[in-house]
Amino acid sequence: MSVDIAIRKTLRADDRHFELDVAFASEHRRIVIFGPSGAGKSLTLRAMAGLLTPDEGHVRVDGRTLLDTATGVDVPPRDRGVAYVFQDYALFPHLTVAQNIGFGLARRWLNPRRHSHDDRVRHWLDIFELAAVADSYPVRISGGQRQRVALARALAVEPRLLLLDEPFAALDPALRGRMRHELMALQARLDLPLLVITHDPADVEALDGHTIEVRDGRVV
Amino acid sequence: MGAIWIPLALSLKVALWATAINLVLGVAVAFGLSRWRSHARELVDSILTLPLVLPPTVLGYYLLVLLGRRGVFGEWLDRLGIQLVFTWQGAVIASTLVAFPLVQKAARAAFEAVDPQLEDAARVLGLREAAVFFRISLPLAARGITAGALLAFARALGEFGATLMIAGNLPGRTQTLSVAIYAAVQAGDDRSAGIMVAVTSVTCVVALLLAGWLAPAHLRRMRP
Repeated sequence: MSVDIAIRKTLRADDRHFELDVAFASEHRRIVIFGPSGAGKSLTLRAMAGLLTPDEGHVRVDGRTLLDTATGVDVPPRDRGVAYVFQDYALFPHLTVAQNIGFGLARRWLNPRRHSHDDRVRHWLDIFELAAVADSYPVRISGGQRQRVALARALAVEPRLLLLDEPFAALDPALRGRMRHELMALQARLDLPLLVITHDPADVEALDGHTIEVRDGRVV
Repeated sequence: MGAIWIPLALSLKVALWATAINLVLGVAVAFGLSRWRSHARELVDSILTLPLVLPPTVLGYYLLVLLGRRGVFGEWLDRLGIQLVFTWQGAVIASTLVAFPLVQKAARAAFEAVDPQLEDAARVLGLREAAVFFRISLPLAARGITAGALLAFARALGEFGATLMIAGNLPGRTQTLSVAIYAAVQAGDDRSAGIMVAVTSVTCVVALLLAGWLAPAHLRRMRP
């Protein structure tokens, strides 16, 4: 896997001003963007997913150009083949665990039905040991389960690259170590490239990937 | 007694039509406004709120100027064979206009309360904008919209001024409940007036109770 990104974006909000100017390339299967909060890590991730349009620059994943302001290429988020696990998971509160996991498998105007689980949904429910809570709503399940639902939902669409925004920050410390191991085991099993952002040095150590440090909107 | 059912049925028909039209129109406008990034947004919002504060007779007058026989669109409507003055369809338009801000405001607040990150999550999972609307934004805003629609229904049911201006007071054709109450009192028929007042009051109280129960959208949205 290769990721090649160079983006520039100026953000203004009221009297604040933030300059994002991030560039890096990596062939590693685990890329870790490390830096304090407010450094521009999430903005970088959003630009990779197509949720933020940079003023200029490019994003390439596995040689495929997802964004290039010079040639006017800007693939919409839905066609990027990139999955995103948000920091607080962004589970759909009006859908059950099974419907959340099956969400991206049905792309038309209707959400998956409540009780008819697709084989693929069942597969992910089993892998993440979520079958018991398949028909529960996200508010009713534990933090660890929520994270697994978010992962399952992202993986169900068979992405080429998985983006994770502070995947362990919302978990209590006891669970954090366990989920790090789970994520590593999962990656080994699925052979899926990861790009993780974190402010926690313990994550950097545990993930043991290509670490890119970002501060004040720049790679240091 | 039987005479009450005719205006009641007409009022319900008019209020249901007005609510249905506002559910489409008000929700569409509200969604547009909630996503529109422009300084003109609040100006447009103010103009759209005018029906809430203008006297209904003023609104009725505007409608006559626009839709009447000699109105701005009168000739054009006439050629299409559409007659709105002194018809129940005219009453629907009056009620729709008066109740519009109630749906629009409730829907806009509901759309703005939807976490944009959920919509982003849906986009990354492969959905087009229309699908994001129908599968995320609309269901999450549904309770707020329903509460607004119930308020609009109650308001449309009670519409008097604008309705009288454009639809008139034709018993059996355009005489809605609130207009019939006025006519009954004028004619000294206090018994009929009293019954119609009671029916209107009960219907509106029920609608308001339902609206109040639905309003705190975030509290009971997710069933266990």
